Amino acid sequence: MPEFCGIELAHRVVNASGTFDAIAARRVYGDRLLEDFPFSAFVSKTITLEPRVGNPPQRIWETPAGMINSIGLPNKGLDGFLREDLPLLGELPVPLIVSVMATGHDDFKRMVAALDERGEVAALELNVSCPNVHSGLIVGEQPTETVALLEALRPLTRKPLIVKLTPNVADPAAVAVAAAEGGADAVSLINTIKAGAIDPATGKPGIGVGQGGLSGPAVRAIAVAQVRAVAAAVELPIVGMGGISSGADAAEMLAAGATLVAVGTESFRDPRAGNRVAAELSKRSERSP
Amino acid sequence: MNAPFGRRACEVTDSHASGGYRVFSLSDPEGPAPEPGQFYMLATESHWEGRDGRPFLPRALSVADATPAPRSRFGSHSEPNLYGDGVRLDFLVEGIGPGTDRLCELEVGERVWVNGPLGNGFSMPRELSENAAGAILVGGGIGIAPLALLRRRLSARGVPFRILLGFRDAAHSGGLGDLFPGCQMSLASDDGHVGHHGYVTDLLNAMLEGDDARSAAVYACGPPPMLDAVQALCASHDVPCELAMESPMACGFGACYGCAVPRPDGEGYIRLCVDGPVVRGA
Repeated sequence: MPEFCGIELAHRVVNASGTFDAIAARRVYGDRLLEDFPFSAFVSKTITLEPRVGNPPQRIWETPAGMINSIGLPNKGLDGFLREDLPLLGELPVPLIVSVMATGHDDFKRMVAALDERGEVAALELNVSCPNVHSGLIVGEQPTETVALLEALRPLTRKPLIVKLTPNVADPAAVAVAAAEGGADAVSLINTIKAGAIDPATGKPGIGVGQGGLSGPAVRAIAVAQVRAVAAAVELPIVGMGGISSGADAAEMLAAGATLVAVGTESFRDPRAGNRVAAELSKRSERSP
Repeated sequence: MNAPFGRRACEVTDSHASGGYRVFSLSDPEGPAPEPGQFYMLATESHWEGRDGRPFLPRALSVADATPAPRSRFGSHSEPNLYGDGVRLDFLVEGIGPGTDRLCELEVGERVWVNGPLGNGFSMPRELSENAAGAILVGGGIGIAPLALLRRRLSARGVPFRILLGFRDAAHSGGLGDLFPGCQMSLASDDGHVGHHGYVTDLLNAMLEGDDARSAAVYACGPPPMLDAVQALCASHDVPCELAMESPMACGFGACYGCAVPRPDGEGYIRLCVDGPVVRGA
């Protein structure tokens, strides 16, 4: 059984945050979802301190071998999540990782402290692809901001802290080193890559807010390179993701230095992609010593 | 009944041109039979990602008809939802991009990845209003598809209904003979090639001005301006309505949050895949 930050997992395939809503999926597919849960741990959609309605449409745009999204983190806010969603996510048959984002240390601290008290939560993923309202800088783009955030949060919980790295920087490994210095237990990468499209029918951006993030097989080679660079720079376990849609893709990411892989966009095409990638991966490892 | 978890490969059993659109049929041995208004996410098993890497995502199509598959040991075709397995699904598609173009090329015997049935279907008139004894179905263009299965359901339940369908021109009038065989209906066309020369909402307005229409519920599917007009007419005549809406969709099961449309009753957005595609008119 693979182990990740002290958590035992049934296999090496988890979901990318924001690409699988286990509560909605259970309403659609019923308890078959629980019997055949696609992931060995479940990563929640990012929550923020206050509720958010998300971005105006259009939120998605298909691209060659991928898609652009700009969803805008719609969520119920911390209180709504704790009250309504966490009890349901606690019923999942796998460990729960909660993704959190805030625009300042105080909000981040309130969320981490509140989630630290909940037994349903196995680990926290910090979504740092957001500006710090005090400095105006995107936390995850700056090693100094990243280390400062981790140093603020680390004393608040013993649960594993996973830092979700953005690919939209010249040197993601430098940010990973900063996360390690600040006391992170793991890093996950890549988040989506800044991208845009023009609607040929209107001549205007295909995404309502103008641009979004690219995901899918189109980004996989970039993800492999960044995971490899980060693995060379830090000792931390890595959750590798970006366009993984098969066992072969997962094996490539593990060979690049990942401990776990996450399936994201492929779940939109195949809701059981997580199970399938895990099965294909296990078949591969049986074949090779 | 819940959809089977995951996608399954279903064989194409028929595909033919119909007035500028295509009608194709899939054999879905796992079922369950869909409710009128529900949809499926569809992608061909082979040659989905074409030369330029598109289509990539599956496409959401409302189911136009569903009948127990020939292998079914059940005799009645009136209420396919009663049977747990083995259903033939009919879809109406217009090629307007790489995904729908590929679905228009389907050949008998090839296989299509199917995820569904998904989303919320139509309610019965009595569920919308105690006074609603009958139904008025209002369809525009490709939007006539989900109304075909609704018509079958209403018929099976003995609910009286009237059908109003509108088309831009002859090239956008596909599916009529296939999906509404032998049905009494009133037609409208923008170019006057058939029926009333004008909008289908003209027909609805005339009907709602009539005596007995107050006891009806209206069900509509079509282009957004048509749905807006239907909703306004129903509101002004105090008649309940349900609208089957459309939005770009990546997953169809609530995962991607991509299919957001403004919440009909206030601020924020709903996910059309799990909170729709049928929504109650304001």
